[in-house]
Amino acid sequence: MAPVAEYEAACLPELLPLYYRRLFPFSQYHRWLSYGGVTKNYFQNREFSFTLKDDIYVRYQSFSNQNELEKEIQKMNPYKIDIGAVYSHRPNQHNTVKSGTFQALEKELVFDIDMTDYDDVRRCCSSADICTKCWILMTIAIRIIDRALREDFGFRHLLWVYSGRRGVHCWVCDEAARKLSVAARSAVAEYLTLVKGGEETVKKVQLSDPVHPFIKESLAVVRRYFTDYALVGQDIMGSKESMDKVVALVPDEIRKDLVAALQAEKNPTKRWEKLKVIVQQKQASSKKSYYTEEEIMLQYCYPRLDVNVSKGVNHLLKSPFSVHPKTGRISVPIDLRELGQFNPFDVPTISLICKELDRPRTAEEEEASVRERDPDGGEQRKVRDYKRTSLAKYVKLFDQFVEEMERSRKGELLRRTDLQKDF
Amino acid sequence: MLFGGRKKKGVENPQTELYGHCLQLYTQPPLENISLVEFEQFAVDRMKLLKTVENLGVTHIKTSEDYSKKLHAEISSLNFPHRTEVSTFIVPAVASEYEKRRKDHISHFILRLAYCQTEDLRRWFIQQEMDLFRHRFNDLSPKSKSDFLHRNSLQYETISVEEKKSLMEKLINSSYAFSGCTVEEQDFYKVPFQDALDLVRMRKVFVKDGFAYVPHQDIVTIVLNDYRTRLSKALALTARSLPVVQSDERLQPLLSHLSHAYVGQDYSIQKNIGKISLEQIDSLSTKSFPPCMRQLHKALRDSHHLRHGGRMQYGLFLKGIGLTLDQALQFWRAEFLRGKVDADKFDKAYAYSIRHMFGKEGKRTDYTPYSCMKVILSNPPSQGDHHGCPFRHSDPELLKQKLQSYKISSGGINQILELVKGMHYQLACQKYFELTHSIDDAGFSLNHPNQYFSESQKLLTGGKEVKRELDSPRRPHAAAGSENSKAPPETPSSSNRVPQEVMDDLDSFFQEE
Ligand code: SF4
Ligand SMILES: [Zn+2]
Repeated sequence: MAPVAEYEAACLPELLPLYYRRLFPFSQYHRWLSYGGVTKNYFQNREFSFTLKDDIYVRYQSFSNQNELEKEIQKMNPYKIDIGAVYSHRPNQHNTVKSGTFQALEKELVFDIDMTDYDDVRRCCSSADICTKCWILMTIAIRIIDRALREDFGFRHLLWVYSGRRGVHCWVCDEAARKLSVAARSAVAEYLTLVKGGEETVKKVQLSDPVHPFIKESLAVVRRYFTDYALVGQDIMGSKESMDKVVALVPDEIRKDLVAALQAEKNPTKRWEKLKVIVQQKQASSKKSYYTEEEIMLQYCYPRLDVNVSKGVNHLLKSPFSVHPKTGRISVPIDLRELGQFNPFDVPTISLICKELDRPRTAEEEEASVRERDPDGGEQRKVRDYKRTSLAKYVKLFDQFVEEMERSRKGELLRRTDLQKDF
Repeated sequence: MLFGGRKKKGVENPQTELYGHCLQLYTQPPLENISLVEFEQFAVDRMKLLKTVENLGVTHIKTSEDYSKKLHAEISSLNFPHRTEVSTFIVPAVASEYEKRRKDHISHFILRLAYCQTEDLRRWFIQQEMDLFRHRFNDLSPKSKSDFLHRNSLQYETISVEEKKSLMEKLINSSYAFSGCTVEEQDFYKVPFQDALDLVRMRKVFVKDGFAYVPHQDIVTIVLNDYRTRLSKALALTARSLPVVQSDERLQPLLSHLSHAYVGQDYSIQKNIGKISLEQIDSLSTKSFPPCMRQLHKALRDSHHLRHGGRMQYGLFLKGIGLTLDQALQFWRAEFLRGKVDADKFDKAYAYSIRHMFGKEGKRTDYTPYSCMKVILSNPPSQGDHHGCPFRHSDPELLKQKLQSYKISSGGINQILELVKGMHYQLACQKYFELTHSIDDAGFSLNHPNQYFSESQKLLTGGKEVKRELDSPRRPHAAAGSENSKAPPETPSSSNRVPQEVMDDLDSFFQEE
């Protein structure tokens, strides 16, 4: 039986030291950000920034090695950790280098998808709130973006992370991705952006002929979820008010017919069918292409990226395994093989995993701990500690991710030396 | 005298070889000696050309016919080469064409010297040279294009017939205005997607596994990318040898003149700092703010908050109309505190970025207020945003309602909507200006929100400013510059040997712009 521990923000100062001392996966974390140590100072020149108590924000932290990182984090006990770029110099010495020479050189290509950006198409919640109904939007977003980054752009090492509150982050860690220029990052982000326009725009998706293969692929994903999410979950054809929003997205010349037809039909799903039929009828008698159905589906479901986060090389993003101070939930990696089952409310909070540590060990664990006993305690003990909590499966996932990256790095190395032999 | 001494390859007749095509990638520096007079003439002319490229880029959509027509005219009138089919060899009969190519070549290298000095200068120069090159390349005939590629050994990997067949449908759907048969006829180049960013960004190319499949008709994108890479490398190299050039007392003043001319209308330097009180802003926002800023102001007053894009666009505008840093801090603070933000949070999260705008924090970059083109083209608004240009980023229906609420006559609204339909956003805004100021002709060509404001103030307050305007000569790009105080060009030191008459000419040129 999992112990139930309600998270309270007030407890954070007590919990954080415990979390950083016994649970945070420093070793995997350091291995990840060292990327095999191929580039000199890759870890050392990486910026970290900490948010401390009372929203005190300290930028340009950097560390020589895992030990230093660990010590510092355990000393400062940050409420939140952000990761920035790899710079030309050590970030903690940025004041000492000649101005203009301190530059952000590389960073993972990152994406930030936040539920607040969907407020105009969610009826269940608004702003920072989420529920399992609207969480489907994140599932759709991950499916679409993940596919495009892999198949279109050829990236392999994508780490998807729950932000801890109301969204997800993606870290594209391939070497080619880390080296992308600002222009290239913004081009990728714009390629992936379909929903455009702010508060002054009603219709935010416009398709025209020909429909790009990327859009077709994305539509295929949206189609799988649209009925569940929009028609059933959000019931967008249910009330007059929400239907008006849909009707506003329809071309003028169809609107009148549509309104009449919708009034005559009461069943929401059938109303949607009606809309499709009316558009098709119009299409049959017109030269112009109508993508009304697709456009509405995309406007309601297509991922909304914060382009500015992806663009900048020096933009900071919340680190995996950082705690979300408001919810207490850990930013954990998401297993795409079980994406459909991922439930943000199942993600462990810091209170939960700290409490799990207090649980008496089972006989099995006791035995394991005897077998693994190591005279110095330290690292070994920590390894076992997280294994006793609900954090275990997420650390394991992270471990696999780092592992996989290392494997492909070695493969690449081998391939290169083989090539050299050929000459 | 300038560029020689580095050339090693012994080409028979390098210049003829170099000038074999009307367009070049400027891979070889000029080898000949150049008189100082010619040096200056060339430099000034190319400068003029690049300024035109910049101005047209601000006032026109780069793919429009109008844009190419005007640029074409400027290229011809300044005697630069342009779309010539005589390309394989130079005969005396077309000596003038040879002269043009030589001028193109040499002038480009002179400006490299002037524009390699700082990051900003380099960026400006590259941008204008890219636009110029794009225009000239697009203007070539297909034959001349492939000749150009061939001469410059720009060979890109083409995909096989089989691969093309298997991707046929996707290739057709990835490019605009393509039918199956043109796809079959065209070569497709497979390049890393990083080499075709402009196409990737607009989803005008098929992208798979990290590669972009670029149809021959879009090859300019790859060529430009290639050129950009070379040019920025070359500029970085030139910057290293700069001390030598700078110690040349004949060139130094000229070069520094040239590089000063780059700054466009700079609304970050304001004359009337502190002349506006915070109490005035509400009424100014309805009288003298362009619609984009009026909208932001209202959104801020209504919701006591603006997201990042809005804070930047509006904050810099306010700086541009003369708010001091203290005023700006007070203004934003008061409004944000009325909303969800408390004083502590404001000081921690927002005050920094406001000081940043005024160049008091961080990199000390003095941010320049956004031009219309920047507002219209970059960082479009998304969910929760109120920034952008209402003519570009509002649905026509909402725009109409908004204009009605601004008490614009329905005739006027129709005129504005017509212009919007034709994508003439700035003209639409100008029309709005005329309607709200009850004049027939604005008498300026709008390209900056701060220009809108200063023109409006000039009309409304009348008097002094108007007089001052009459004193100064009318310029081609009109009153755009009236409020901007550009740093005056440095006066050349008396020790330099540049003929005075030429320098005078130069001065007048720089002041004009
Ligand atoms: S045209 Fe320029 S000044 Fe007018 S609203 Fe648009 S951005 Fe603002
Ligand atoms: Zn919800």
